[in-house]
Order: sequence, then C-alpha cells, then structure tokens
Amino acid sequence: MADYTISDLEYYNRRIEEAAAEFGLDCYPQEFEICNYEDMLSYEAYSGMPSRYPHWSFGKAWERKKTYYRYNLVGLPYEMVINSNPCLAYLMKENSLLLQVLTIAHVYGHNDFFKNNRLFKDGTRADYTTEMFKSHANRLREYIADPSIGYNRVERVLDAAHALRFQVHRITNEKHLPPDELRKRMMASYYNSQPAGPGPAAKKEVPDWNQIPLEPDEDILLFLMRYARLTDWEKDIINIVREETRYFIPQIETKIMNEGWASFWHYRILNHLQLPQEMHLEFIKRHNQVVCAHEGGLNPYHLGFEMWRKLERESNDRHRIFTIREQERDVSFIRRYLDEELCRELNLFQYRQTGTNYLVTEVSDQPGWKNIRDTLVANAGMNGVPVIKVIDIGTGNVLDLAQEQDGRELLLKYAHETLKYIASLWGHKVRLHLKVNGSYQNIVCDHQDIYVTNSPS
Amino acid sequence: MAIFRDYDSGGRDRSAEDRRRHRQLVEDSIKKNIGNIIAEESIIGKSRDKVIKIPIRGLKEYQFIYGENRPGVVSGTGAEKRGDQIRGRQQSQDPGHGQAGSEEGEDYFETDITLEELIQYLFEDLELPNMERKKFSYVETERSHKRWGIQRKGIPPRLARKRSMQEKIKRQKSMERAYRELGQDWEQERFPFREEDLRYQRVKPDLRPQSNAVVICMMDNSGSMYQSKKFLARSFFFLLYQFVRYRYINVELVFINHTTTAREVNEEEFFHKGESGGTFISSAYAKALEVISERYSPEVWNIYAFHCSDGDNWVQDIPKAIALAGELCSQCNLFGYGEINETSAQFYKPEKTMIDQFDDHLQAANFMSVTIDNKDDIWPAFKKLLTIADKE
Repeated sequence: MADYTISDLEYYNRRIEEAAAEFGLDCYPQEFEICNYEDMLSYEAYSGMPSRYPHWSFGKAWERKKTYYRYNLVGLPYEMVINSNPCLAYLMKENSLLLQVLTIAHVYGHNDFFKNNRLFKDGTRADYTTEMFKSHANRLREYIADPSIGYNRVERVLDAAHALRFQVHRITNEKHLPPDELRKRMMASYYNSQPAGPGPAAKKEVPDWNQIPLEPDEDILLFLMRYARLTDWEKDIINIVREETRYFIPQIETKIMNEGWASFWHYRILNHLQLPQEMHLEFIKRHNQVVCAHEGGLNPYHLGFEMWRKLERESNDRHRIFTIREQERDVSFIRRYLDEELCRELNLFQYRQTGTNYLVTEVSDQPGWKNIRDTLVANAGMNGVPVIKVIDIGTGNVLDLAQEQDGRELLLKYAHETLKYIASLWGHKVRLHLKVNGSYQNIVCDHQDIYVTNSPS
Repeated sequence: MAIFRDYDSGGRDRSAEDRRRHRQLVEDSIKKNIGNIIAEESIIGKSRDKVIKIPIRGLKEYQFIYGENRPGVVSGTGAEKRGDQIRGRQQSQDPGHGQAGSEEGEDYFETDITLEELIQYLFEDLELPNMERKKFSYVETERSHKRWGIQRKGIPPRLARKRSMQEKIKRQKSMERAYRELGQDWEQERFPFREEDLRYQRVKPDLRPQSNAVVICMMDNSGSMYQSKKFLARSFFFLLYQFVRYRYINVELVFINHTTTAREVNEEEFFHKGESGGTFISSAYAKALEVISERYSPEVWNIYAFHCSDGDNWVQDIPKAIALAGELCSQCNLFGYGEINETSAQFYKPEKTMIDQFDDHLQAANFMSVTIDNKDDIWPAFKKLLTIADKE
C-alpha cells in the first residue's frame, strides 16, 4: 500500500514548484494523474496519450512491456509525461513517496524543456496535443465503423503508413513549399541567373518544370498523399500518422538533452529540499540508478546528466544553460559540448560489429574522441533513421527512390518489406537505388515480388 | 499549483482490443510458421493441458533501418583498447524515444498458449485420410447436445428465456386488445409470467458416427539411429499421436520399437527409451502384422501404419522387409514410411536406403514414403503423409 497521501504529494509539490521557480524553470501549468501499474502500462503503450487510434502495434507494445516488466528486464516506469499545455504527467500509485517526489521534480524539468526548447515551441502545438490525438482516434474509428471501409482496409493503410512513419520531413519547424511555390521560386532563380541584356546566355540547363518531384523529396508520406491514387480516407489516415510523427520528432531529436535536463533538475531540486535522512538516502540510491552508465550500452539519462552538469560547472553566466536548452537539439548539443575530457570520464568507446563479436574501433583519447563524438552525432535523433528520397516517377509509373549515401547500409530484409508497403500504396512498381556491400543496386518491388537489378552508379 | 487527480479507468481495459488483434495476427503467423514451432524441442512430450509459454517472434514492424555495418558508441569500463574483441551482444544504442525504430531489436516476447491450442492450429485443416467407413466399424459417439427446437415442457436449466418472454408479451398484447375491443380500460401493475408462457429448449444428443481406427507406430531404435535422428522421429510421431488424440476419440494406438527384433511397447517407452543394435526392419512389420491379425481385423478396423527409420537396413533383410511391407499395404488403409536422413551425422551412407528399395520394389497405391532431413521437414512430411491417401 502506498506510504503517502495526496496531501503529502501536494506538500512536496508546492516546495518543488517553489524551488523550480527560484532556479529559473519556466513551466506550463502541471497536472498529475495517479494511476496504477496496469494503467501505466497502457499509457506507455499509447505514448502517454489519453486517447489514441486503435492499431495492433499498440497491443504488441503492451504485451512486450508487460513481458519485460514481469521478467525484470526493465524497471517499472517511474513516470510518463507528455508535451502538452497543461503538461500532463502520470505517477504510478504503487511507488514510494520518495519516488513520487523524485518523479514530480523530474517532470518539471521536462515541462520546462517542452515549453522552451525551440523544436517543441516551433514544431508542436502543445495547447492542442490531447485534442489532436483524440480527433485522430475519432476519425479512424469512424473509418472503421463505416461499412464501405471497415477494419481490414483501415488496418492495411495504417500498417503501410506505420512502416513509413519516419520517412517525413525531419525538420518540423521548417517551412516546406508546396510544389507550385517551389516551381515559381525555381523559375525565378533560373531567370535571374540569365543575363538581363544581350549577350551569351549563361550555361545553365533549363530545369524540367514538370518533374515530379521538383527536387528529391524525403517526405515519402506527403508525396504519396499528393501523388498516389488514394481515396480521401486513405490520405487522411496517412496524414494522421504523419502528423503524429511530427509531434514525436522533437522528442526523438532531444532525447539526451531532455532526459539529461530533467535529471539535472530533479537532482538539484531534491538536494535543495533537504529531505529527512531516510528519504535522502533513498533519493541518492534511486538517482544513481537512473543516471548510471549502462556498460555496453548508452544511457541517455547518464550522458545528458553529465553533459548538463559539466556545462553548468563551466558556465560563468547562469543563463547560459537555459539558452542552450532553448536552442539546441541532441545533434548540435553533442557536437558543440561533448569534449575529450567528458568522453574519457564516461569511458565512451566506439565499436563495430564483426559477426557475433564486437571490435573496439576507437577509444576516448586524443585524437580518437572526435570520431566518437561524430559517431554519436551520426546516430543521434533522426540521424538514426535512413534518409530515403523520392527522385522521380519513371516510365510505367515506376516510383524511383534513392537512399542518401553516408556509408551506412540498410538492413535488407526490412527494406524489402517496407518497399512492399510503399508499393501497396503507390499501386505500381517501386524501385530503390542503394548500396549493398559497397556496390550500387536497385531493389525493385513489383506488386509483392522483390528482385534486384544491378546498377552502374 | 499543480493538480493531482486519481485516475480511474472505470475497469476499462484500454488495450484489450489492440491486444486481441495483435494476438490474432500472431496466431495467423503461428499457423503459417507452424513447422518451426513444432520443431522446437521444448514442446515435445509435454502434457496437452499444460499452459506453455511459447516465445513468439512478435510481428515485425518493418521500416527502413540501418543494418549492423555501422559503428556505434557505448559506455565501457575505460579499459578498452583499439582492436579489442568483445564477445556477445552489445546493447544497441537507442536512437530516440523508442519511437524511431532504427534498430531491428529483439521482438521476442512470450504468449501463453496451451499445447491443446497449438494442436488445434495444427490440425484444423487436416482430416485423417481415407476414413473409409467400414461397415461394421461405426461407433456412435455422443459428443454434445444439439438444440432441436422448442417445447412446452422441460427442465429449468433449459428454459428458453427469450422465447418465454415473447410468449408473455403475446399474451399481454392480446389481453390489451381484448379489453380495448370491449371498450374497457385495462390497467394492471404487474403482469407476471404464467406457466403457459414458459418454453423450453428441446435438445437431442448429437450422435456422430465414427470409425474405429488403429494407428500403428513403428520406430527404428537401432544403434545407427543417433539421438538427433530419434528426436526427429519422435517429433514426427508426437505430431501423429497428438493428431489422432485430437481428432478421433475412438482410435487406438500401437507402438512398436524395433532393432533386430521388434517389441510392442507403451507410449512412454516408445518416445523415451533408446536402444542399440542392428536393424531388421522386417521384424517390425512382422510384429505389426501379428498385432493386426490378433486384435485389429481389417474387416472392422481402419488401420494406419507408420514407420520411421534411418533406412539403414541389413542387406539380407531387405527382400523380406519389402515383402512384408507389401503385405502390410494390403491390410492397411495407409502405410507410411518416413526416412530420417539427417546428413550431418552420416558417416557412411548405404548405396540404396530403404526408401529407394521401397520406391523401386513396392507397388502399392496406399504406400507413401517421405524423407526428413531436418526439423523443418517434419511438418511438410507429416502433411504429405496424411494427404496422399485420397487417391486410393
């Protein structure tokens, strides 16, 4: 049974709020929902959303988490918090008072981050988070209930859209011009490049204004919505999945910063609270569990916490860390602020898989740490997702895709299956240009058959 | 000041429907990949009521992800040096929220499933072949009761509630009409059931004719049947055994082990005891014929005989084995021969194994031979064996 009452939580919350304000955190109004273990599992499976559209992948997520918890493969979640205004967080009823206090302080760290980090500010609309997910859920349920559509057809589109959910514009706060605008701008830039008066025309090839897409486009979902022969409800489902991805991208892009920031503040706030000794000891123990290094893995709480601590230690201006949390994302955060000293302190090393073993390819010394930092950057946030661009619609409506080459190669089995999903939405052949074992290939998906053709370059 | 509120799901299990759908998709994929699952040693020899936890490879959520050919960064002890080899699995670097699936990840998790359920998936689409209904071999089995209309008398458990309610409403309406026609107001607070409203389900026992069948399982238990081969044979018979038990209540089983001599054994011994020695395949067939003549006259019994061996018979025994196999074919509805050809353990291979001998010399329409090279072959072999006999 719980060793606390709501008024205990309110007491500590008041003190935490005061401390947070004093330290300069700037938060949305906060709401806590206290739920039991089972409800927490459900919230986890549905990314914390009170309402979400139905799909088997959420059922799978639930089963997997349940299995993991049952076998203690991962600890129970202390908390979940979603980027919304008011900020909504869940506390698990079964946790001890100290864990609740720790979690509450941690949540205010996230809350501040959601409200102030530029990716969240510009890329999401926190005022409408829960409404958006609810409206998506309602629309999807309507399609399922519609006798002319039904569960199976909805699921088919959802499965395909899920397979492509991260193939969208990565920078969510950037303006992407619709094709007409882009065409106008390209024309202007072409004509401006031509000499105004008589004289030899500049040798610039006339762009093909009718090319689709005008430029290689990484937003495959948007492309399919625009150009594939889909019904309105199919387009809407794809749009729903795409909107939700765009909501999650800032979280993916700031995982290390965000978790580090929340850990940094819960640590500072709880120390400030001057808890009774017994609670303080439990706090130190729990805190160390959260931010410890995972040997052979990379704990974002650990890396983020240590980076923020070091930044704060070395900053003369106390506003500096607040500016950094506002401006950066994991990629730039690591590139700018992870230095040799910290790499060495954290014993970071770089590996490469060789069969079932791993080869240590780089350690944190001079000059190795720079490679380590760059590898971290290359895998951080959306950089972990391959960039596949739509290049062209070829003869016979073949959809031509190409993987951007940076030395990393795709997992082929997954690429094949994903291509089948694209083909099922596109309705014609799909061809992916990529490198396999160092040489260029085309993988063609014709209906549901996959075959490979060699490609010169 | 933050708001605290207790969450009450109102008993609603939010993920139930998505779990059900996921489970259904997993079941579909179990059916598709059944061969691999039954080939898992761990389920062989378990009681069918037992709930077993089968690690199910979860349905993959395919996306474009990178393969393993890229470097990663992890925390270490500080003792690592360039060029060190580290064994085993590195924990993968989580790229994001757990949302960006840039790692394949191990999608293993468990699901509770009874062996019974598994067997049902297996056999749903199969019928034991050739249940040629032999005239004197019907056995009427009372499997369940069927509803068979409505009657006025019956016992309370069979009360047909909906129908009784309809009868009451009928009576009520006609009463109302009667009063109306008389020009009187009719108002009554209660309108209770009366005996005459009540209706009962009529049931009749669901009798299904079933044929008597006996399945004779024969297994080579000789020294050249290495453990791995025996495992394959056992898996095969396990299927057969479960299948027979699953589908046919009135089926008897006979187990015969043989080396140079044959013995009738019980189920336990058949699956779990190993022997060594040479091989006279004919001994098993002779024993089977003996059992048939003593207890299972082909007049009244449908007889199915299956034999698993590695095909490495003594040369002197081959003609006799072929002759007796021919005789078995004449007595049985189906005689099946499965040869375990596990190549890895093969030190030498006779020029012709029994399967070649049978194929060359045994001309019988109800004979079927299959080869089993590895555990993936078990299920296809089993299906082949059960489905051929229609051409008889």
